[in-house]
Amino acid sequence: MRPFRYEHAADRAQALQLANGPREATASAHITAPIQYLAGGTTLIDLMKLDVMRPEVLVDINALAGQHGAIRADASGLHLGALARMADAADDLVVRRDYPMIAQSLELAASPQLRNMASLGGNVLQRTRCNYFRDPSWTACNKRHPGSGCAAMDGVNRKLAVLGASDHCIANYPGDFGVALAALGATVDIEGAGGRRVLAFEDLHRLPGDTPHIETNLKPGELITGFTVPAGPWTRRSLYLKIRDRQSYEFALTSAAVALDVEGGVVREARIGLGGLAAKPWRSHEAEAALKGRPLDEAAAHAAADAALAKAAGHGEATFKIELGRRTLVRALLQAHAMEV
Amino acid sequence: MELTLNINGRDHRLSLDPRTTLLDALRDHLGLTGSKKGCDQGQCGACTVHVDGRRILACLTLAAAVQGRPVATVEGLAHGDKLHPMQAAFVEHDAFQCGYCTPGQLMSAVACVHEGHAHDRAAIREHMSGNLCRCGAYPKIVDAIEDAAPKMERG
Repeated sequence: MRPFRYEHAADRAQALQLANGPREATASAHITAPIQYLAGGTTLIDLMKLDVMRPEVLVDINALAGQHGAIRADASGLHLGALARMADAADDLVVRRDYPMIAQSLELAASPQLRNMASLGGNVLQRTRCNYFRDPSWTACNKRHPGSGCAAMDGVNRKLAVLGASDHCIANYPGDFGVALAALGATVDIEGAGGRRVLAFEDLHRLPGDTPHIETNLKPGELITGFTVPAGPWTRRSLYLKIRDRQSYEFALTSAAVALDVEGGVVREARIGLGGLAAKPWRSHEAEAALKGRPLDEAAAHAAADAALAKAAGHGEATFKIELGRRTLVRALLQAHAMEV
Repeated sequence: MELTLNINGRDHRLSLDPRTTLLDALRDHLGLTGSKKGCDQGQCGACTVHVDGRRILACLTLAAAVQGRPVATVEGLAHGDKLHPMQAAFVEHDAFQCGYCTPGQLMSAVACVHEGHAHDRAAIREHMSGNLCRCGAYPKIVDAIEDAAPKMERG
């Protein structure tokens, strides 16, 4: 691991001050800025050991848990502090009852140890598991070195993206919680040197296009402080279905985040996200539209799945994920419909 | 940097490079080699310890980040010569072969019981999935945890 300076922030004001040095303004992306925030460290320390991330300063923000670590639900929705740990939100009884998709997306991710460590803010910023990104001995990776090419394109790419990828990068977003946030139309609270702003979670991550090294719309030095999941009549009838190579402690090959508001068997509103399949946390407005106003039967579920994957494009070994993604969504929709709420 | 780590109830004053992980601090600076270095990437669970009573991975935790917080390692499980009920159950059920993953399994298993996740075999298997055992002692590890859980609750 390369040397770095360790700084401890006592509160948010100090964290922002420590992380907004003179060079942050000229950094090309949030994740390549020379100063990085440290919370659980489960992505950052891992990637620093692999020499993929090379920050010069780490600002430890764990002391901000008092300010930004609460989990609270009210009539407007679910408010999740960015310093809450994955396990805290997964175990919260109100989250489990009223937002089961959120609880499941967290509980089905990582291991108990990692869920105790990883903050919610850090979780959504986890980096792709593409092997060519994680191993700097491969020189061609447009995410690590813009313009160097993409070794995954003709390499071992079985787990990579079939939605939202580009000719420059086919890495997939590996997370689960972010997919649930995208599906439920969450917003993200961001603090920076210039003050506070609120962003639709769907707009936090960027598609790779020709700049796959810029993964989010965060500016260097900005800090995620929390998330709000809006309340809705669909949140209780919601689930997260995850399909993987092994039954536990594994990233998704495919996943479906589904929430339904059903009246007399007819879908009034649907909220649908897809994981494992896409370059960023993916919400399928197309699948939601295909279901709206229809009785939820197997034909409707298939129509929604076809709509969700209509623009999918497979690269090499990953092509099987298109059909697996359809089947995952069909099963998730039928399971959600059958839930007793 | 100068820092104080609280390990198994005792404060230790150390001078460490900021890059030092909690695992390396334990093993290389404090001689507490019970916690094992398996993958060193947060994938195997051999380095599992408790911080603030919660199980975490010492290989992905900077020592600097746990200053002032209580750390518990496998060395602190037994009371003198009296094994912790989980250690006794691992011996009783032959829940290991080579033993390399065992300290991590033990720390994870104790936490699994404290969390209330040891109520049946399926829950134990799910909540122990972060601890790999290349010898494949999993069935006996589950046996040991199932056996130890009520003994731990009795105190």
